[in-house]
Amino acid sequence: MALDILYFAWVRERVGIGGERIDLPAGIGTPLDLANWLAARGGGYAEAFADPARLRCAVDQDIVPLTADLANVAEIAFFPPVTGG
Amino acid sequence: MISVRVQPEDFDGGAELAALEGKGGGAVASFTGIVRADDGVEAMTLEHYPGMTEKALTALADHAMGRWPLCGVTVIHRVGTLRAGDRIVFVGTASNHRAAALEACTFLIDRLKTDAPFWKKEHRRSGDSWVDARSADDAAARSWD
Repeated sequence: MALDILYFAWVRERVGIGGERIDLPAGIGTPLDLANWLAARGGGYAEAFADPARLRCAVDQDIVPLTADLANVAEIAFFPPVTGG
Repeated sequence: MISVRVQPEDFDGGAELAALEGKGGGAVASFTGIVRADDGVEAMTLEHYPGMTEKALTALADHAMGRWPLCGVTVIHRVGTLRAGDRIVFVGTASNHRAAALEACTFLIDRLKTDAPFWKKEHRRSGDSWVDARSADDAAARSWD
């Protein structure tokens, strides 16, 4: 199933792109699984996803824990804790 | 009754207050955030998540409308590059009484800081750095749970 991944702030800078579309690999059930799978690509991905505890994520534009279920999700975003206001 | 805007342009706080004063309530409260020149900060760039930002701010405004008897809520957040001294955020609330207007205004700015997808990058002469989230902001936001 196609999944759009978006990156923001220093996650975007380290990965080097704002987003991409992937086919969700078998066995990836949560954002944490996906973060570890992305880290295994190495390079900027490894830097961005080295410490998942520093990351937050949103699925279909709702903030959720990294342990959320990725089934039937169309869009996921990874980013640092937010700092607006 | 709810107005949410995410925009690079500046806003006119006086005009926003006048609009809230015209809602027919007896009280208007507001918060305006300004870019501080902390430790040599000359400017900052606000990044956001288009689509989700507006959705998150509207959800907060809806929550405030359900929790307090409000007749108007305005939330404006600027994005892009802003200089020290520039306005960055405006939250305004209108109600029949001051307690509801003041509490809802505080709720909105506290929760905006933890629930809305904005990220600040500070620009100093010595270089650029992403702002880290503050635990005090998390505590303030949780106090409304």
